[in-house]
Amino acid sequence: MPEPYDPLQPGEKEVIAPTGQGGPMDLALEEAQSLEKTLEPAGPGPQEKARSLWSDAWHQLRRNPVFVISLLLILFLVVISIWPQLIASGDPLQCDLSKSQQGSEPGHPFGFDTQGCDVYTRTVYGAQASITVGICATVGAALLGSLLGGLAGFFGGWWDAVLSRVADIFFGIPVILGGLVLLSVVTSTTVWPVVGFIVLLGWPQIARIARGSVITAKQNDYVQAARALGAGNGRMLLRHVAPNAIAPVIVVATIALGTYISLEATLSFLGVGLRPPTVSWGIDISNAASQIRNAPHMLLWPAGALSITVLAFIMLGDAVRDALDPKLR
Amino acid sequence: MGRYVIRRLLQMIPVFIGSTFLIFLMVYALGDPVAALFGDKAPDPATAARIRKDLYLDQPLWKQYLHYMGQIFQGDFGTAFNGQPVTELMASAFPVTLRLTIVAILIEIVVGITLGVVSGLRRGQLVDTSLLVLTLVVISVPVFVTGYVLQFLLGVKWGWVRPTVSSDAPFNELILPGVVLALVSLAYVTRLSRTSIAENVKADYVRTAVAKGLPRRRVITRHLLRNSLIPVVTFIGTDIGALMGGAIITERIFNIHGVGYQLYQGILRNNAPTVVGFVTILVIVFLLANLLVDLLYAVLDPRIRYA
Repeated sequence: MPEPYDPLQPGEKEVIAPTGQGGPMDLALEEAQSLEKTLEPAGPGPQEKARSLWSDAWHQLRRNPVFVISLLLILFLVVISIWPQLIASGDPLQCDLSKSQQGSEPGHPFGFDTQGCDVYTRTVYGAQASITVGICATVGAALLGSLLGGLAGFFGGWWDAVLSRVADIFFGIPVILGGLVLLSVVTSTTVWPVVGFIVLLGWPQIARIARGSVITAKQNDYVQAARALGAGNGRMLLRHVAPNAIAPVIVVATIALGTYISLEATLSFLGVGLRPPTVSWGIDISNAASQIRNAPHMLLWPAGALSITVLAFIMLGDAVRDALDPKLR
Repeated sequence: MGRYVIRRLLQMIPVFIGSTFLIFLMVYALGDPVAALFGDKAPDPATAARIRKDLYLDQPLWKQYLHYMGQIFQGDFGTAFNGQPVTELMASAFPVTLRLTIVAILIEIVVGITLGVVSGLRRGQLVDTSLLVLTLVVISVPVFVTGYVLQFLLGVKWGWVRPTVSSDAPFNELILPGVVLALVSLAYVTRLSRTSIAENVKADYVRTAVAKGLPRRRVITRHLLRNSLIPVVTFIGTDIGALMGGAIITERIFNIHGVGYQLYQGILRNNAPTVVGFVTILVIVFLLANLLVDLLYAVLDPRIRYA
C-alpha cells in the first residue's frame, strides 16, 4: 500500500485544476501538471521535498476517478462479506419450494431460484466466498512468488535456472484442466482446497515478475555502493533491493486478485470449486444456467455481482499500474 | 537458425517431461482408475488385481510413467475405458477444436488489432477511452456468463444462429462459440496493440515516413504496425495453447464434442488414459506454439537474428 501522501500543501493548487479533467485517461493534462510540479522546486517554495515513487503515485491516484470508484466498491464488498447481515436480513439457506423460480416481489427484489431461495440474499452472501478466496489466494501466491522469484533474481546461479524451469512446467499445464483433475478428488466443503490450488498455479506468474524486477533493481548504483560499503546480503536485499522492486509485484497481484475470483467462480461452475452449502456465485450461476430460458433473473444477478467484483479489482490494478509506471502515461 | 531451433527443442524436453509427469501423477496417484472402472460397485479383489497387472498399474509410479511414455512414442495412447482407442477419440475431437481455435484466433487478430490500432492512434480521445473501459468490462465478465447470455439472446430469443453445434461442427456453426471463446483474449489483444501503437507512433521512423510524403495508410500498415506487433504476436502464440485446452467451458455450453468435452468427460469418469493422452498432446501444442512465436520475431523484426 502506498504510504499516505504527506500534505506539504501543494495539494491546494490541484483543487483549482480545470474541471474538464473528468476522464481517467486525461493523460496530456496530467503529464503537464506533473511536469509543472517537477519544475516547481526551483522556486522559493517552503522546503519542497522530492517526492518518492509512492507518494507521487498516491498523489496521482487520489485524483483518478477510476481508482476512487473501484476502491469504494472494494471497500463495500469487503464490508458486506464480513457483515452480510447489514444489507440482507434473510437466511441464504432458508428456501421455500413453493416459490420456485418466481420473479421479484416485495421484500425479495431479485426473485427466487429453483429451490425457492431468495436470490438477493444469496447474491449478498456469495460475496464472502469470492472475496475470501481472492484475498487469501493472492496473499499466498504473492508471498510465495515474490520470495522464490526474488531470491532467484538476487542470487542467480543454479537456483535461478531450476526455478525458471519449474515455473515453465507450471505454465505448461492448462489452469482449468489442472483444477478439474486436482480438485475433483477433494471432498472438503471449505474454501481452502481452492485457495491452495490457485496459489499452486498462481505463484509462477508472480515469481517471474519479481525475479525480473529484482534483477533490474540490483544493478542500480546504490546497490553496488551498499555492497562496496560492506552490506551483507540480507541487508542489501531488504533495505535496498526489495523496496525498489516491489511495485510491479503489487500491480500484478492486484490484477491477479480479480482473475483469481473469476477462476474460483469458473471452478465452482464446473462443480469442482466450492461446494454447497457454501454460498458461491459460481455454484448459483451453474444451477441457473440450465434454467436460463425460464428464469433468466436467477443467472443475471449473481453473474452481475461476480462481474462487478472482478471489474473493481482489475480497474484498481490498472489504475495503480498507470500511477506507478511513468512510462505508460 | 537451425542450431537455435535445435537448442530450443532440447530445452523443451525437461519442461515436457515435467508437465506430463505432473499430470500423470495427479491422475494416477490421486484417483484410482481401476475403482473408477467399476463405477459405484466395489470391485472383486482378484479381478481388480488382474486388471491392475494388465494395465501395468502394479508397478511403481515412475515405471508406469516410463512405460506409458514409451507406448506414446510408438503411437499407442492406450484404450479408453469404454474400449475405444484413445487415438480414435483424438481423431474425432482434435479437428473440431482446431476449427474452433482457428475461428477464435482469426477473430482475435482481425478485430483485436483493428480496434487496437484505432484506439492507439486516437490516444486520449473518446473512442480510445470508451474502448479501454469496454475491454476491462469484457475481461471481467466470466466466459460462462457471456456464453450462456449470448447463446440465450442470439440463439434462443432472436433465433439468429443455432444455439448448439451439430456433431460435424462445420465452420459456420462455430462462429458464435468462436466469439465467446475469443472475447477475453480479444480484449487483451486490443489493449496490447493499443499500448504498442501509442508508444511507436512517436518514433522517429514514423515521423520520417510521414515527412517523406508516404500515404497515411502505408505509414500505418508498413511502418507502424509491423514494429508494434511483437508483443501482440507473443500473446496470440501463447493463447493458441490456452484456447485449445481452455475450450472446456465453451464446448460445454454449446455442446461441441471437441477436446474440452472429451477431457471433461474423462476427468469426471476418472478415465485416466484419455486425460493423460489429451493433456500430453496439449502440452506439445503449447510448447511448439511458443517456439513458433520466437521464430516469428525474426520475420517481424529483421534486427533479431538467431545464431
